[in-house]
Amino acid sequence: MTTSTDSIERKILLKASRSRVWRALSDAEEFGDWFGVDFKGETMLAGRHVRGRVTYPGYEHLPFEVFIERMEPERLLSWRWHPAALDPAVDYSTEPTTLVVFRLEEAEGGVLLTVVESGLDAIPLARRATVFRLNTSGWDEQMLNIEKHVARA
Amino acid sequence: MRLRLVALLCAGGAMSITQLTSGTVITRQAITKHLGVLEAAGLVRNVKVGRERLWEFEASQVVEARRSLDEIAQQWDHALAKLKRAVES
Repeated sequence: MTTSTDSIERKILLKASRSRVWRALSDAEEFGDWFGVDFKGETMLAGRHVRGRVTYPGYEHLPFEVFIERMEPERLLSWRWHPAALDPAVDYSTEPTTLVVFRLEEAEGGVLLTVVESGLDAIPLARRATVFRLNTSGWDEQMLNIEKHVARA
Repeated sequence: MRLRLVALLCAGGAMSITQLTSGTVITRQAITKHLGVLEAAGLVRNVKVGRERLWEFEASQVVEARRSLDEIAQQWDHALAKLKRAVES
């Protein structure tokens, strides 16, 4: 059952081709560039894990891992992760994951990207709150990093 | 019945079982049973004030869940803004 606090949906219009958006989502290294993870040398394949490290300043010691569920080129990409896995000493592998689904649709002037993250109700509330606060504080700095990266490219 | 209890507690703040049963034909025993079920579900809690036990709506769970949802949404918005910059450059 999906309750009002179990999932979240975001939509964004990207003025780029479908193939460009798909590459930014499915090429592990490119994905890492905007998401804030070092996925150097990794490849995304359905049914496989992708492992790397967080690159938010101050959180570089944290491992980062997603399990790729589905890959439908230029249409859909989905993965599962432990969104609150912030303590390197804890084994989160047996804990519930959330499902993140990216959907690409043709739209006027580009691609309409929809992201849905579901399964949040299964994540302990205390952990949800802590983690998201930490991540949010690192985002602004990351935005600047990306701006610099893009300006150089 | 349980919904009515939650509605009463939402509107009226902390209330005793006497207050909750006033003007109704429901027994204290029945009310206590319903409150027990609601308590187990994390929707109400009881606090002891003096010699009286008062029941109140447990808003924190719901509020906290919504607050973290807002933060997750914000986090995704930031991530998607970065994606937008990356693919539109």
